Amino acid sequence: MILTILEIILVVVLIGAALLAVWYRDLVAAVIASSVVSLMLSIIFYILQAPDVALTEAAIGVGLTTIIFMIAIRKTKRFEE
Amino acid sequence: MIYVFFGIIIVAIVLAMIRLILGPTTPDRVVALDTLTTISTALLVLLGLFFERFIYIDVALIYAVLGFVGVLTVARYFEGGL
Amino acid sequence: METVLNIIGYTLTSVGVVFLFFGALGILRMPDVYNRMQAGTKATTLGAFGTILGVGFINPEWFFKTAIIAAFILISNPISSHALARGSHKIGIKLWQKKDIDHYARAEATLQEQEGDGE
Repeated sequence: MILTILEIILVVVLIGAALLAVWYRDLVAAVIASSVVSLMLSIIFYILQAPDVALTEAAIGVGLTTIIFMIAIRKTKRFEE
Repeated sequence: MIYVFFGIIIVAIVLAMIRLILGPTTPDRVVALDTLTTISTALLVLLGLFFERFIYIDVALIYAVLGFVGVLTVARYFEGGL
Repeated sequence: METVLNIIGYTLTSVGVVFLFFGALGILRMPDVYNRMQAGTKATTLGAFGTILGVGFINPEWFFKTAIIAAFILISNPISSHALARGSHKIGIKLWQKKDIDHYARAEATLQEQEGDGE
């Protein structure tokens, strides 16, 4: 019961963060929102009894993707036109 | 008892997410991400206690080790380094 | 013995979860970036520390790994907060009010003056 409520809240937060990542004009804020998507997806994988997938999602989504996106924004420009 | 913990943590996640939506500047959103990472680490450890599996704690260990790297990268970008 | 450990563990976990909630409430209610950072880092560090160590007390065979996680959080959370405060001061986020209490800008100006004298 409590796990169902937790899953529903996490999915709502995930979809909201994904919409925000599309909506923001500031690309740094969009990277932050996509990092929140990966965070919530990792917890959902964990609740669905798949800790190995959650481990990979946490390591790649939170750490590596943010670094690569920030280096790319550094080389180009920050605000979308 | 553990249901009450889950309920309080759900409310905390929703509050931090509201700050991520509202936040007028970008550092506000980064602070919200940092708070969400710490709350998620505590939630993963509590879920490991709920499922009674020892191996599930490893995911929380990865979060504690790697979770601050993203915030650190964004902070370096603001400072002009990177 | 086990009952005592359970009582200690559940007390620590309750205090930690309440502090996590107060940290998230403070991040919503505080007026500017630096106040929000202070609420969202100090309170959540104490909250996560209490929660994780409390789980270690409830299941005593998990205690070593939970102690490692708590130590990592205790090290890594102030690092990210410090770097973020420095970065947001550098890109010119204004303080909430009372602008003459900005010690960091004053210290930086003093440092630059000293460097100018040295040359």
